[in-house]
Amino acid sequence: MKEVGIISYGGHIPRLRIRSSDIANAWGKNPETITGGLGVFEKSVPSPDQDVATISVEAARAALARCNIAPKDVGAIYVGSESHPYAVKPTGTIVGEAIGATPILKVADYEFACKAGTAAIQTCMALVKSEMVRYGIAIGADTSQAAPGDALEYAASAGGAAFIIGREKIIANINETCSFTTDTPDFWRREGRKYPAHGGRFTGAPAYFRHIMSNAQNLMNSVNSKPDDYDYAVFHQPNGKFPLRVAKMLGFTPDQVKQGLLCPIIGNTYSGSSMLGLASVLDVAKPGNRIFVTSYGSGAGSDAFDITVTKNIKELPREKAPLVSELIEKKQYIDYSTYAKYRDLLYED
Amino acid sequence: MMRDVAIIGIGITKFGELWDKSFRNLIAEAGSKALFDSGISGSELDALYVGSMSTGRFVGQEHVGALVADWSGFAHMHIPAMRVESACASGGLAVRQGYFSVASGMNDIVVVGGVEKMTDVVGDEATDTLATGLDQEWEAFFGATFPGLYAMIATRHMHDYGTTREQLAKVAVKNHANGALNPYAQFKRAIPLEKILCSPMTAYPLGMLDCSPVSDGAAAVVLCAADKAKDYTDKPVKIIGTGQASDTLSLHGRDNICTFESTVYAGKNAYEQAKLTPEDIDVAEVHDCFTIAEILAIEDLGFVKKGEGGKAIDKKITTLDGKIPINPSGGLKAKGHPVGATGVAQIAEIVMQLRGEAGERQVKDAKIGLTHNVGAVGASCVVHILEAI
Amino acid sequence: MADGAVPRFWREIPQRYNLIGNQCGSCMEIYFPPRESCPYCRRKSMGKMKELKLKGHGEVLTYTIIYTAPEHFEGQTPYPIAIIKLDEGPKITAQIVDCEIDDVKIGMRVQSTFRKIQEDGYIGAIYYGYKFKPVEVK
Repeated sequence: MKEVGIISYGGHIPRLRIRSSDIANAWGKNPETITGGLGVFEKSVPSPDQDVATISVEAARAALARCNIAPKDVGAIYVGSESHPYAVKPTGTIVGEAIGATPILKVADYEFACKAGTAAIQTCMALVKSEMVRYGIAIGADTSQAAPGDALEYAASAGGAAFIIGREKIIANINETCSFTTDTPDFWRREGRKYPAHGGRFTGAPAYFRHIMSNAQNLMNSVNSKPDDYDYAVFHQPNGKFPLRVAKMLGFTPDQVKQGLLCPIIGNTYSGSSMLGLASVLDVAKPGNRIFVTSYGSGAGSDAFDITVTKNIKELPREKAPLVSELIEKKQYIDYSTYAKYRDLLYED
Repeated sequence: MMRDVAIIGIGITKFGELWDKSFRNLIAEAGSKALFDSGISGSELDALYVGSMSTGRFVGQEHVGALVADWSGFAHMHIPAMRVESACASGGLAVRQGYFSVASGMNDIVVVGGVEKMTDVVGDEATDTLATGLDQEWEAFFGATFPGLYAMIATRHMHDYGTTREQLAKVAVKNHANGALNPYAQFKRAIPLEKILCSPMTAYPLGMLDCSPVSDGAAAVVLCAADKAKDYTDKPVKIIGTGQASDTLSLHGRDNICTFESTVYAGKNAYEQAKLTPEDIDVAEVHDCFTIAEILAIEDLGFVKKGEGGKAIDKKITTLDGKIPINPSGGLKAKGHPVGATGVAQIAEIVMQLRGEAGERQVKDAKIGLTHNVGAVGASCVVHILEAI
Repeated sequence: MADGAVPRFWREIPQRYNLIGNQCGSCMEIYFPPRESCPYCRRKSMGKMKELKLKGHGEVLTYTIIYTAPEHFEGQTPYPIAIIKLDEGPKITAQIVDCEIDDVKIGMRVQSTFRKIQEDGYIGAIYYGYKFKPVEVK
């Protein structure tokens, strides 16, 4: 079996932020209860001129800026999101054109709630392994929607990451990937509707926890590993609490989770969530580091990855694109009324 | 060899939001006044020119040459009638086309009108239509607006020459003071400096009161071969110089954004033809669609040195009793700016000044006057120099 | 002006997504957007205009802050827009994003970024292109 892995990567997080306390105050909730309960203190907000296409392009360009591959050698682009700018018309074509990879190019948009991006990684792995393409770009990005006043509003944020998958000059081998899927409607958005709906506490045990736990254990069984074999663990992060709890249940420590846990300070970037977490880990990873990544998508499913960082990461000029920490640091706060205007909350669903 | 051309009649409507007047009412009114003023009966007319920027968008009507000829009562004479367009310089350009047709000997007497009916559209349509004079693909598409582009000139002018926000505002103060004396003006009132300085920002550093208004109005002039002018009027005014020039459609296409080369070249051509220099001009109507535009104009026309336009305002050399009175009519700022009418109305104002018929806003001993009409952000410009004979 | 038919926007995608300009093979002058021929070399440039991708780095020559915007830009006001001199020579008009309004200054170094420029209401097409942001200093 040929090796397959990550050649390069890049992230993008919009610069605007809103504090959870400002959202809580807008709705007459106690800010401390909210931030304490969710573990989310602020979240990124897309400006009116940012959407999944612009975030995906920025992330893909960042990934390309770090490596020397010719855009024309990219044979596939898959963009995972649940907030594609168009319901019909791909985001991937915009990315393909904007990075100069068209027209000999396989493209499709994916949707699987928050795990469409990791599904895109798996697709690219298969295409690369089978030598149908030389390089594939997998993107997970969202400008996630939340109805005004909904609990989701505190976390639903914007951001994304792109991973170039290939066979040559791999900076991180993807040793194994597996998925766990059932039909579990814990969260959804109906066709034509602006905001999603969810099953409240049903999104927890039977959904997030069952799928991640099962999948993570399956992966560790298949590669015969245990939690302390890993330097870093990244879990889907719908809030600040769930990933820490699921890590603990699986036997991972908070130290392993820390570097990839971004939700408390940027919110839940949905399809970007575990992808940006992985990007944040790669920003600091050293050769030999082993990374455990488990995404979760409502509906429901989980993709898990066993990754080993190679010595090539030392040659990757990570400084040629902004690190995730830099993207997080660059911020400008807005108040709830500006948020309402920018997120088009005044437009009736 | 070209022959001399004189203006033998002028007509102008009130400028403003003229809710009861249609596009055709306006131009017919201005045309009738001009014919009446000229002393011709009407059957002497050889051709008709009309300048208007965007009748298609403002009133949904094209084929304006024929329309104006018809509604002015010349359909049965079947005279050639044509519309001329160069954004906000459409009026000035129409006068120039009329001038050529008479100077060439093809025609003896022509009427030139300028008109815009801008208040028959709703919402942003008026400003959107004006913005069609910009580069739609490479300026407007990216969010640049008409005031925004002039504001960018102002920002750079302030940076390079120390021009101040107050100096810009003083242009408006002066023009409103003049407009208060002009019965045709849209804003027949003075506005104090403080009020202009604190008007809501349109595009930094320009406030709302730095901008000319949306207006309805029309103006017309009758041009005649100079050697026949005295057959019709005792007070003909000769066109002794005309110049026209163009530049890149986009502001960013130019090497120096603090100069309108189109003004420089149009002015140079007009001065050369008239064998005059800027010092010889007694009064000028310049294109002050925004306050910064007047500062640019007086520099580019050579009334003051480049960069000293702002100081010239402080020194009051452009007021009615100053060294070079600028915009005695109130300019586009106070008189109003029905875009297609503006270039023709400028000519009408200078004719009134040279005839000594400008009433309270009369510039003393005005013998030679200049008009300066700019298309959009300086991509086109027409300059005329007039002399009383 | 987002109300036109889609082809009008579609045909400019190379320029607006990727700053594709061109260069006169005779005098080497660079143009953006690309020109049919070189205004200075004219006949000598015919058939010698070569496509060139601009790097998207430049300097603010002048700017304004738009407070009164066209309909398609109203949601973004107030927004800065500038004339930028690109390092390769051409000058372009574009919005400045990702900074405080007060930070925009003549002479500031900027780089291109990919943004939504306009959309044709809630049902029409979305048009993307370049805006500029302060250079990320490393």
